Amino acid sequence: MKDKITLGLGLLTLLGVAAGLYFALTSPPDANQKDLVRIMYLHVPSAWTSYIAYFGTMVFSLVYLVGKNRKFDRLAYSSAELGVLMTILTLFGGSLWARPTWGTYWVWEPRLTTTAIGLLIYIGYFIVRGLIEDPHRRARVAAVIGIAGTLYIPVNYMSVYWWRSIHQTPTIQLLGKTHIAADPTMILALSIMTVAFTVMYLYLLRVRATVAARVEAREDRLLEAELQERRA
Amino acid sequence: MKQAWIIALKDLRLEGRSKDILTTTVFFSALVVLIMGFALGPDTTRLRESAPGVLWAALAFASILAAQRAFGSEQESGALESLLMYPGGHEWVFVGKLLANYLLMLVLAAVTLVTASLIYDLHYTHLPYLILTVLLGVLGFSIVSVFYAAITVNLRAKESLLPVLMFPICIPVVIGAVSATRVLTQNGMMDELYSWLQLLAGFDVISLLVATLLFPHALEN
Repeated sequence: MKDKITLGLGLLTLLGVAAGLYFALTSPPDANQKDLVRIMYLHVPSAWTSYIAYFGTMVFSLVYLVGKNRKFDRLAYSSAELGVLMTILTLFGGSLWARPTWGTYWVWEPRLTTTAIGLLIYIGYFIVRGLIEDPHRRARVAAVIGIAGTLYIPVNYMSVYWWRSIHQTPTIQLLGKTHIAADPTMILALSIMTVAFTVMYLYLLRVRATVAARVEAREDRLLEAELQERRA
Repeated sequence: MKQAWIIALKDLRLEGRSKDILTTTVFFSALVVLIMGFALGPDTTRLRESAPGVLWAALAFASILAAQRAFGSEQESGALESLLMYPGGHEWVFVGKLLANYLLMLVLAAVTLVTASLIYDLHYTHLPYLILTVLLGVLGFSIVSVFYAAITVNLRAKESLLPVLMFPICIPVVIGAVSATRVLTQNGMMDELYSWLQLLAGFDVISLLVATLLFPHALEN
């Protein structure tokens, strides 16, 4: 692979996940949840990465609307795909954890409901992409939906603060006074995993965008060949 | 701003002559209120508890019908391109369409509110706050639905696509408006009411800004 940055990001991801898994599996079990708490080391990073991915879609969509460079449309939908993947992982890990803890895979609770709705927004994004054939128009409309959809992400993040319910508030609070309520090894494991997932997002984004660029190039070539054939 | 008024007046005059939107949406939302009443059964306490949810669900569904007509008349007669060629930014087309849709939706909301209150036997503690909740909530629906109607107007399967795109974004409005209405019909905890009204107002301001800025990109051909 000629692209050294992508390769480097891939190796970093491997290292990070390996180190994160080591600490995640060796950290002490939680006082109340015992070993079940280890699901958190994958659940929280995937939720975090889904936020980054949706935010990435918004930024790339904005850049696309300003410059109309197709590269940013590819990055935007690659990022949205990763966001959908990470949201599904988040919901999956969450339900596995919820079954023994809350006694059910799913409750109609604000955090869960808003996360599921976030998924619907981006599924709508891909439905619309599939309905428009002209690539420039598709990129433009998708960018508009991508930006409008991101509006919704703060609602999801704030849902645990706005509606006090069964879902716990974040282990590490990002807003206001920093407050950490856990064993240092647990925080270490969670931090390493979160960083590793963030690097993985960048790695997968680059790989996916490269693939998308090749698919588009092939489509253009086929179109060109067809035109040549008709002229001949 | 003048362009926006002209477009809004044009749409309202059209509606005044045909009464397409109001007859269909009023009838539709009354049906939703009735069907939910049958589905929930004759227990009056339960009916009263679910009434805020039913009321806003009916308004959300009806707003889809109204939004599909927002660009429908131009689309059918092929006048959308001409509308976009008029001088002045496309933002004003959005604001004009939004104004017309908002006023119609307010009439619809008033009728639905009265019907639902009679059928579900609701009593309100603070009428001015109820009016404020309706003004803010309906504005949220209008902004989102007119914006997505503009995106979907030229797409295949637009009738089914509009709700798919619009409902997820509308969730904060539904949550805020239902909770505020519940406070007003039941416990009257004013602190809680203020935070829901803030959520509604915040959503309206941000989505209005974003929608107005993005609208020219959504519609240009």
